[in-house]
Amino acid sequence: MSSAIKKRTTLYGLVAEFDEADDVLKAAEAVYDAGYRKIDAYSPFPVHGLSDAIGFKCNLLPWLIFFGGIAGCLGGITLEWYTSSIDYPMNVGGRPFFSWPSFVPVSYECTILFAALTAVFGMIILNGLPRPYHSIFNTPNFDRATQDKFFLAIEAIDPRFDAKETERFLKGLNPVVVSAVER
Amino acid sequence: MEVIRPDRLITGRQSNEKITEKISRLILNNKVHPLSWYVMIGAAFMVLQVLMLTITLLLYIGVGIWGINQPCGWGFDIINFVWWIGIGHAGTLISAILLLMRQQWRTSINRFAEAMTIFAVMCAGLYPLLHTGRPWVAYWLFPYPNVLAQWPQFRSPLVWDVFAVSTYATVSMLFWFVGLIPDLATLRDRTKVKWAKAVFGMASLGWRGSAGHWFRYETAYLILAGLSTPLVLSVHTIVSFDFAVGIVPGWHTTIFPPYFVAGAVFAGFAMVMLFLIPIRAMYGLKDYVTLKHLDWMAKITLTTGMIVFYGYIMEVFYGWFSGNIYEQYMIMNRFRGPYAPFYWSLILCNGIFPMVLWWPKVRQNLRALWIVSMIVSIGMWLERFVIIPASLHRDFMPSAWGLYTPSVGDWGMYVGTIGLFTFLMFLFIRFLPIISIAEMKDMMHRAKHEDHSAHGEDEIHHVDPNDNVLEVAEVK
Repeated sequence: MSSAIKKRTTLYGLVAEFDEADDVLKAAEAVYDAGYRKIDAYSPFPVHGLSDAIGFKCNLLPWLIFFGGIAGCLGGITLEWYTSSIDYPMNVGGRPFFSWPSFVPVSYECTILFAALTAVFGMIILNGLPRPYHSIFNTPNFDRATQDKFFLAIEAIDPRFDAKETERFLKGLNPVVVSAVER
Repeated sequence: MEVIRPDRLITGRQSNEKITEKISRLILNNKVHPLSWYVMIGAAFMVLQVLMLTITLLLYIGVGIWGINQPCGWGFDIINFVWWIGIGHAGTLISAILLLMRQQWRTSINRFAEAMTIFAVMCAGLYPLLHTGRPWVAYWLFPYPNVLAQWPQFRSPLVWDVFAVSTYATVSMLFWFVGLIPDLATLRDRTKVKWAKAVFGMASLGWRGSAGHWFRYETAYLILAGLSTPLVLSVHTIVSFDFAVGIVPGWHTTIFPPYFVAGAVFAGFAMVMLFLIPIRAMYGLKDYVTLKHLDWMAKITLTTGMIVFYGYIMEVFYGWFSGNIYEQYMIMNRFRGPYAPFYWSLILCNGIFPMVLWWPKVRQNLRALWIVSMIVSIGMWLERFVIIPASLHRDFMPSAWGLYTPSVGDWGMYVGTIGLFTFLMFLFIRFLPIISIAEMKDMMHRAKHEDHSAHGEDEIHHVDPNDNVLEVAEVK
């Protein structure tokens, strides 16, 4: 393994493999507590608490969705107002041109549509997807990360990263194996 | 390897590896597909041709090949539109509302039900599209600046319907796709075929299961569920407005929105069971879709069935209570008029027959459950028939009365969309994971933690997988 670490310039980081979700969770906490920040954990299903353990904080998405919904609602009602009162006013049974109760269903649907589109595309874009290639895919056995194994990566660009020291530290966390991963 | 029994939602000896293998082999291993799959998809493909033929004729001749005419301008086209849309609603209910209520048992059936939603909405969408008579200009339904200098009439429920159904189709597909992303990544990593790896890799957007990604993913998924819940209620409400906003006797009632929504869920759960019961047997998924799931689905069917039956009773009450001769005549005409056999079959299929689901033995007898589901599906179709032609054919002026008889073209469309639906369902079973792999593992992981706190670790490892009352019941 240490032979693989020789080419430092192309080193992506060290990746530890675990069998159990609870092990990777404990290891992630330990790694974060040791001061590493350029870390990431990979699991086949969402492990509760794992994102907290690696220090991941981002609450932007719910706000984006909220504003997406507002935009949809306003967009819908503006469209109905403009078309029915300004651009193509039509007298339907003597009702006012801006007969807002009849305009509720369409703006309601627009709210949901825009919020849902924001939720999906917001999630994809904030996650930096689609991204067909990533250095982590070079990890041996990483195809199991979507099946039944758990991985914890410390990137080489982390200021506290030291090939030997970090490897020793990771090995102390009960992994199945620790591998050096090329970029 | 652990053995886990979280309230029998997942039975047998399970592990992450086994769940992945068992579900993904349906896609990756050609040999697991029984002969019945080939028979079903072949048959569905042939029935699909009936649809192709009917649509070709319709485009060539026009909507005159349907039985619609004055006074019944709406016939099979709208009956089947409402029927299909309703069937789709169970998928959204299972995937969204049950997720919000933290009903973990939904995990085994949500992917399947969501697929059903999308295919049902596709079938439903065909009817209004073709009913326009000139489907090649169907985009006129949407607001866009055009050389005609016209805009849609936003006070019309038919325009609301365009927005509701297109939003519903879009959001259902997004929800389904988001759920599929991690599973597509699993398939990418399991397949040995190079081109399949590329296809799954592209489709999964390069998902790598990072903890931060999962966090945003779960946020988005939960909020989508929160958005889908009011959406699904609004869609069938707006569909019911197509009728309730009109003044035709038999349509103009305020009970329509809740009664339509309950009817949709009722029909949808019946359709889920209709497909799921044979498929779980075909593919040996009894450990994932257990009798407990079917039992609960049957209970929801029973509950919504009773709400629907209450709606029928209220319709009769309104007819009498309105003091309006047209409303009163409409009710008497349902009881004794030319379409009375349809009305009474409806009461039998939707009101009386589903009551057998009160008996636990019926809920756990797969054959009985399948038959009840079939009867409910027929009953819900009859309901739409009774609402549409049976109200339209005799409204106000006796001089304007008439009868509606479906033509060969009507039947061709109806049978054809059943073919389309079945064809798409069996394609889905072949090419995408019918149970969410990631969510099953999540459920198992959570259940393990609950079991740890409840009984201590040792007990779990000594659970006898044969000790399962429900499985024994199934053998009988």
